[in-house]
Order: sequence, then structure tokens, then C-alpha cells
Amino acid sequence: MSAGTAASRAASKAAPGDASTAAGKVAPEHVTHEHVTHEHAAHEHAAPENAAPGNAATATYREAMREAIREALRRDDRVFLMGEDVGAYGGCFAVSLGLLEEFGPERVRDTPLSEAGFVGAGIGAALGGMRPIVEIMTVNFSLLALDQIVNNAATLLHMSGGQFNVPLVIRMTTGAGRQLAAQHSHSFEGWYAHIPGLRILAPATTEDARGMLWPALEDPDPVLIFEHGSLYGVPGPLGSGPVDITSAALRRSGADVTLIAYGGTTPKALAAADALAAEGVEADVIDLRVLRPLDDATIMESVGRTHRAVIVDEGWRSGGLSAEIGARIAEHAFYELDAPIQRVCAAEVPIPYARHLEEAALPQVPSIVAAARETVTS
Amino acid sequence: MSVKNSAGSGSHRELLRQMLRIRRFEERCVELYSGEKIRGFMHLYIGEEAVAVGVCDALTPDDVVVSTYREHGHALIRGVPATSIMAEMYGRAAGCSRGRGGSMHIFDAAHRFYGGNAIVGGGLPVAAGLALADRMRGRNRMTVCFFGDGAMAEGEFHECLNLAALWRLPVLFACENNLYAMGTALARSHAQTDLALRAASYGVAAWPVDGMDVLAVADAAGRAAGAIRAGAGPHFLELRTYRFRAHSMYDPDRYRSKAEIEQWRKRDPIDALVATMKAEREITDADLAVLEKEISAEIEQAVAFAEQAPVEPVEDLTRFVCSEPGPGGKPARRVEAIL
Ligand SMILES: Cc1ncc(C[n+]2csc(CCOP(=O)(O)OP(=O)(O)O)c2C)c(N)n1
Ligand SMILES: [Mg+2]
Repeated sequence: MSAGTAASRAASKAAPGDASTAAGKVAPEHVTHEHVTHEHAAHEHAAPENAAPGNAATATYREAMREAIREALRRDDRVFLMGEDVGAYGGCFAVSLGLLEEFGPERVRDTPLSEAGFVGAGIGAALGGMRPIVEIMTVNFSLLALDQIVNNAATLLHMSGGQFNVPLVIRMTTGAGRQLAAQHSHSFEGWYAHIPGLRILAPATTEDARGMLWPALEDPDPVLIFEHGSLYGVPGPLGSGPVDITSAALRRSGADVTLIAYGGTTPKALAAADALAAEGVEADVIDLRVLRPLDDATIMESVGRTHRAVIVDEGWRSGGLSAEIGARIAEHAFYELDAPIQRVCAAEVPIPYARHLEEAALPQVPSIVAAARETVTS
Repeated sequence: MSVKNSAGSGSHRELLRQMLRIRRFEERCVELYSGEKIRGFMHLYIGEEAVAVGVCDALTPDDVVVSTYREHGHALIRGVPATSIMAEMYGRAAGCSRGRGGSMHIFDAAHRFYGGNAIVGGGLPVAAGLALADRMRGRNRMTVCFFGDGAMAEGEFHECLNLAALWRLPVLFACENNLYAMGTALARSHAQTDLALRAASYGVAAWPVDGMDVLAVADAAGRAAGAIRAGAGPHFLELRTYRFRAHSMYDPDRYRSKAEIEQWRKRDPIDALVATMKAEREITDADLAVLEKEISAEIEQAVAFAEQAPVEPVEDLTRFVCSEPGPGGKPARRVEAIL
């Protein structure tokens, strides 16, 4: 643990609101920046409470992600973090706070506002033997880098006849729930999951936030990690390190219905399962974790037992990831089904600002419960 | 014609040989295209040979090239075998990209040839990243990125120039200004047509060069490369040239006059160098005939190779979407193998 990190950690304990001064160069404005929303108290921007990462330690999702980046930077000198405001500012969601002080500006590299430019530079650096972690502030902004992600990162290996793989990791925030309106709240991970050549990860837990980054960096091909903005402040166990990045996880077992969720909808599906249990309906909850390639086996195994499926997706229903999952269930488990597949998705509107409208637009626990009930009563 | 004064290794004869290789190779490609051996989009470099040959004269085998869809010439003179380029255009398994790329996507790891990018402007950020990796790993290498005048209207160009200048990356930006982006003349799509001036606004050393004069190009590239290798950061050359042929084989070429094309043909870079060499008594017609014969043999060998090369089995269609396991089951790390 470097002195700088330890110092900022100690200071953050003494004066939770003052992590910025402890970190030295971080401007105090970062705690009130538009991208860091109200539920993220200032003390969350400091390093984890539990200094030594290990099984027993707990941390917020943000801290778990920071720990993963820190570990990767320590472990492999080819790894570097690059993106807008990842350095002096500490990351627009404060994920990389303190890392500039610890690793310096070459390896925690602030970029100009040029998503296509620095994502493309990440691709080039990966081709040149580095292991870049490129951070894009939000998935909405990643659209400015779609050319590089889809036309270059995803295609180069195949288009070159197997000559040029691109060992790049791109991280970005996704999702709604923080009243940030339509240009900061969308869920386009389903679009990326459409693209051959990419691996798409959606960590829903602190253990996955901590554990997915290293195997993603070890993957010889491009990996995109989608961090749901509502999860950053959620605490949980840090876990013991790398996790698999190939399979879905069964987060809860029940015989009556399968709830399929990922990322930010996983906690909602688990809460819905609690509510359903109170009504006597027991739910399997699958956290997809990996959106491409989809773990069909786990889905079909569960649906084969429960005979009912509810797919929860913060993306839109039309042409979305939920449609893909539903089609696969229909293809592979049609005769297992005792009820029509249900989908709980975002309303087909640009995500609105007003709290009540935003809440109405998103999958919520009551709507998941209602959909599950529908499958067991039909 | 200017006198060659660069650190490059190419003699006049070598510069001529390389320009002729590109010219004759592409002339043969036109025949093969007419015979439907080559399909898809094919963009010819005929008329612009002095640019690639002059710029690449400043490179060592260790340097990196990122190019466009008009890249047969760049690939050839960087050492990508004519056989593997031709087989690629035939769509054969022996092609450098195993038939998955075609004319626009020539890749060759062994020669550090990173494509073959058919998104206008799309190769620029990748070039910056390759140079960044070299810098961070302490490798004393340079990356050359070729692109057209049209690419300078794309946002990626501007993002990338700023990035490269800000980080002082060892990149040579080689802008092939052939006065047209498909059918759109420079002045019809750029408010400021002095391209070097615009590049200079990013704090990049930039100047225009007569792209029909291979010695002038080699001289400029040599000076730029020297500065880049000395740590002076990215350089930009506006290489003023002209394509004698249509944009692609699909282009009826209705947007410019025959007279204009004829005017430029009088400045054919190959003719110009031959004239200089003859005046200097460096070459005779007999020498030229020998050179032509050697080149013709190389090209015919490439055609014969492509003709008999097997096609990629359809069962292998989805190979290389993701990396395949290498020995021991661990994923193969191809990019590492070539660094
Ligand atoms: C992003 C993008 N837009 C449009 C095209 C279609 N297109 C292919 S080549 C070309 C002209 C490019 O002109 P320039 O950059 O001057 O290069 P040149 O072809 O003259 O060598 C266009 C518009 C493309 N391939 N990519
Ligand atoms: Mg042009």
C-alpha cells in the first residue's frame, strides 16, 4: 500500500468530507460535480475502509472497482488507465480517486474530450503490447466512440485473418435512477452485446466489480465493462480476487419462477424475490453477469426447473437484450414453459428527469413482482 | 526536381523500382478486376506512388504503418509479399488476411502493417495509440499514418492531432492530398484548403510537399522522421498529389475534366524520376527494360500464386472472431508475438 493511499485513507477517516485535501491535488469541487449525484456522500470518494483487500473486507462498489484497478496497475506495468478526468479529478464517479497520486500521470492518464480519439488510442496501445483500461464517462458518450469500438476493436482480429487481437478493456457507467435525464441515463449495453468480437460484462456485486477486471485484462480480445451508476455507493464484500467472466450466477434459488436480471436490475430482482417469497412464490434469480456471450446453459437449466421466466432489463423492450433472451428460451426451452415469458423493461421513452417519471419509466420491484405473479397464475 | 538529401537508404534506382512495382502491380489489378478475379471495392494509387515511396524511404523495418483502403502501394513497399496481397484480393486462404479483408484490408503483422482501414479517419487514433505504446515501452520507433484530404474533415482527425501533439507522440501524419474525396473537390468540402496550416494549429510541425516529386517527398519525410526520432513530437506532411484513375472501380469519374487529368499526367512521378536519372546518366533504357522485366516476373508470380491458392474452408467462417487458444490451452497472444 503506498504512502499516498494510506494517508488519504487515514485522513478520510478523520474527516470524511475532506478527502480531497488529503489526496493532495484533487480539487474539492469534485464532490459536487454534476456527475457525482446526491446519494454519494463525500466520504465514499476515499479508499475502502478496510485497508487490506481480502475475503472479509467490505467496500462500496466504487471502492471495489478502484481496488481492482489499483491491483491491476500494481500487477502489470503494461496496464494503464486512460479517460476523461480519471486523474486530477479522480474520475467523474470518483472511481479512480487517489490513483493519480499513487501511480502518476503516465499510468493514470487524463485525456482531452475526444471519445473516438482516446478509445482508438486505447486500441492502438493494445495492439502495441499495452493493457489499457479506457474509461468512458457514461454509455451515452460512448456513442461518439462507436466507430472505434465496433469498426476497429471488434473487427480487427477477424478482418486481419487472425493476426491482430486487441487486448483492451473499456469501462463505462450505464443506466438510470439518478435523475440525470435522457443524455446520461440510457442502457446501451444490449447494443454492444449485439457485436461479435466483444465480450460484455455487467458486474452487479462488489465482488464482481473487484474480480472481473483482471480476467478482462487477461482476455486477449476487447472487453467492455458496464457499471450501473446506482450501484457505486452500494456496500458489499470485496471478495478474494478474480472471478470467472464466462458464466451467469444463480443469486437465489426457488422452484416457481426464474427472474433473469443483470447489473442494476439484479438488486431489484432480488428484492422482488423477497416480496414474492412473502406471498409463497419462490424465485430463482439469475444475475447474467456476462451479456456476450450469453450463458444459455444457466438460463435453460433454471427455466427447465421453474418452467416460468421473467426477464428484467433496463434497456428498451423493442429489439433489446430481453428480446434476445426471450427468443433463446423459446428456441431451447419452449416445451418446458408453463406460461408465456414475461418481460419487465424500460418504458419506450427517453429517460426523463422528474423523479416520478423516471421511476415510472424503469423496471421496479412491484412491476417485477407483478410479472412473476402473472406467470404463476396464468 | 530536388536533390535527395534525406537519411533514407533508398537510392534513386530503388525509389524508381518501388514506384514501378506499385504502378505495374495495380495496372495488373485493373485487368484482373475486369476479368472478375478481383471483386468488391478496389482503390488505385496510380499517380500517387511518389508519396508512399518517398515517405517510406524514411522508415526502418521496425517502424509501424497504418494506412487506408488505398493501400496496395504502401503494403507492397513495406515488404508485404505481392503473393499474399494478390491472394487476399482473390479472397484466398493464402491472402494476408485469409480472404476476410480484400483489397481494402491488407494486414501484415510480420511487417508491422496495421491495415487497411476503410473508415475514413478511422486509422488515425489507432496510429496514435501504437505510438503511445512505443513511447510507454521505451521503444524507439515511429508510426506513419497515411490518410486522405477527405479525412481531415472528420472529427477523428482533429481529436487525434490534438492528442498526438499534447502527448508528443512519435507519429508522422502523411496526408495524401489528391484534391478529391471521392467526387468532392477539396474546395467544395474544406473552408480552409491550406491543410498544413490547419494541422499546424494543433502545435504540430507541418508543411506542404510536392507529392509528385519522390525526391522532395523523401527529403521532407527524412527531415520529419529525424525530428520525430529526436523526440520533437508528431509531424504532418501535406503531400500534394493526384490520382490518375477514378476513385474506385465503381466510379465513372464525372466530377473532373479530362483536361485536368491530362495536365496532372504530365507530372507523372515515375516519368519525372526517370528523366532526372537519365539526365544524371544514372539509368539507360536497357536498365529500365531489365527493371520492368523483374517487376513483371514478380507480379506474374503473384497472380499464379493467387490463381492456384485454395480458398478458406467455409467451416472456418467464424474463426478469429475471438482469439483461439494457443499451446497449452491459454489464449494465443498474437500482438505480443510481433512486438
Ligand atoms: C466514415 C466514412 N465515410 C464515408 C466513406 C465513403 N468514402 C470512402 S473513400 C471516401 C473519400 C475519402 O477521400 P480522401 O480522404 O481524400 O481519400 P482518397 O480516397 O482521396 O485517397 C469516402 C467518402 C467511408 N469509407 N468512411
Ligand atoms: Mg483525397
